[in-house]
Amino acid sequence: MSDTLVPTAEEIIAQGNVVYRRPDALSDAWTHYCPGCTHGIIHRLIAEAIDELGIQEKTILVAPVGCSVLMYHYFNVDAVEAAHGRAPAMATGLKRTQPDKVVFTYQGDGDLAAIGTAEIIHAANRGEQITVFFVNNAVYGMTSGQMAPTTLPGMVTTSSPDGRDVRMHGYPIRMAEVIAGLPGACYVVRRSVYDARTIRQAKKAVLTAFKTQLAGLGFSMVEFLSSCPTNWHMTPPDALKWIRDTMVPYFPLGDFKVADEVKAWT
Amino acid sequence: MAKELWKGNEAIAEAAIRGGVEAFFGYPITPQTELLEYMAARMPQLGRAFLQAESEVASINMVYGAACGGARAMTSSSSPGISLMQEGLSYIAGSEVPAVLVDIMRGGPGLGNIQPSQSDYFQVTRSAGHGDFHPIVLAPATVQEAVDLMYEAFPLAEKYRTIVILAADGSLGQMMEPAEMPPMRPPLSEAERGAWAVRGAAGRAKRIITSLFLQEEELEALNLRLQAKLKRIAEAEQRWEEVATDDAEFLLVAFGTVGRTCKTVVREARQQGLRVGLYRPISLWPFPWPRLRALAGQVRGILVAEMNAGQMLEDVRLAVENRCPVRFHGRMGGVMLLPDEILAALQAMIAELRHSPLAVAAETR
Repeated sequence: MSDTLVPTAEEIIAQGNVVYRRPDALSDAWTHYCPGCTHGIIHRLIAEAIDELGIQEKTILVAPVGCSVLMYHYFNVDAVEAAHGRAPAMATGLKRTQPDKVVFTYQGDGDLAAIGTAEIIHAANRGEQITVFFVNNAVYGMTSGQMAPTTLPGMVTTSSPDGRDVRMHGYPIRMAEVIAGLPGACYVVRRSVYDARTIRQAKKAVLTAFKTQLAGLGFSMVEFLSSCPTNWHMTPPDALKWIRDTMVPYFPLGDFKVADEVKAWT
Repeated sequence: MAKELWKGNEAIAEAAIRGGVEAFFGYPITPQTELLEYMAARMPQLGRAFLQAESEVASINMVYGAACGGARAMTSSSSPGISLMQEGLSYIAGSEVPAVLVDIMRGGPGLGNIQPSQSDYFQVTRSAGHGDFHPIVLAPATVQEAVDLMYEAFPLAEKYRTIVILAADGSLGQMMEPAEMPPMRPPLSEAERGAWAVRGAAGRAKRIITSLFLQEEELEALNLRLQAKLKRIAEAEQRWEEVATDDAEFLLVAFGTVGRTCKTVVREARQQGLRVGLYRPISLWPFPWPRLRALAGQVRGILVAEMNAGQMLEDVRLAVENRCPVRFHGRMGGVMLLPDEILAALQAMIAELRHSPLAVAAETR
């Protein structure tokens, strides 16, 4: 015991009192994400699921182009870096030659819903045995806030300075609903991480998505509504409220495709 | 194994299978489609991966993924499809994984046509993608040579962790002729897979395969490593064939099936008493220039013949460095060069240059 009444961190750990720690599947690197960005929460949920399923040594991560381009530094698993939008094709090549591995992609809205639309549609439609984590924050974050395929109608971005005009730029794509319409897709849900309740629900979906792949049932995807305080020009708490009050009405949370075999776990 | 009658595209596919390909990803495009169809039938029989992708963009990225895992992976296509693959090829080059590609070339630009052409020479040797890199490019002249080069493609790709492109014009893909197949190469053992391959971090530190290097010094270091490797390849992997060069006063230079046609031209020219030889580059990158430079020093002139507007011609001129005059005869748009017109172009050059000094004298002036 130290000479004050307050125990040190080491003393607490020594007593076996740890109730919350970094998952083994997460590295101890500092991330480059902006303050208040929810990529960190989503990373953690995936890492927790990898730990709980005991799959760290057989998991291969396919990183995207976008804000999470450097995520392979943050996970303690084998990883490759895909070209913009091509992660599902690369994951297909990995999984078809190493069917005993767990292969997942992690993609933003520009990556998955714009430049990589063909790759995600066909990977899902083939029932590719991979898991996709799709992070939808309604903007291109890495390039500093341009209009994304998921930017909401009227939303101001650096490339839609007067707000997204749907007659000019079309409508935000609801990817979970699109993918759920494909017969090869097995588990497709939309979650968010704006409060404790949605984070717990998202964690369960991540576990189910991985279990779908482990059971060889087919393609699984979890879409996350995620915050971007920097490019939304909001404080982190306001950004979380904006997800709940503005994004969720357009991108409803829910289960869009749950195959019968998967229903037992949900 | 005895010779059998093979269609070019199918022979290349079977040679790749015997060479150990574990995964084929492709997309239909004339005139290479029989290669894909052959793989569709054979690969599943052998328990290997075959997938018809949604595009050439996807095919090459599937190859990239499989190759990152240390698998012998390949795709095949024709000219417009290779254009779509340039993104993936650049990433593969930047992350130094071995991969094999077959380009059965057709007429361009644009949708062009489906007739044989050599107009992808620049694309495969110079501009296979953004950034500083060259694939190894091998150009067969016969179905047998296509088989032999295809069989060597994976060991070559693995030796240097680089891209190997087998580049043949559409006529070679479509023609049938006898060829002898090599034996089945044994599959790679786990121990033989590269110590860089991404196969799950079991009992070892994690591995990352990326072409992203945000610090300029890091990216420069990668480029310096790539350039050093390209220099090693350039020194060790030059391939060519010579015909009747010993006493040649005039030299034909041609690659692929045009090189084969030029053998007929050499024979006919020799029958007319013309001392003509042939230099046929087999590796287009690395271009086998030192030997060509030596030959340029002993002839009165060189005629380059290609089914394009004069693409290898630039490499020939760089090799020759004005040691002798260089002329060109080419056809485009999928028109095939026939022996008679090459012979006529050769006779015209000879008429022009027959009194010009032998280049060796010119060099010493």
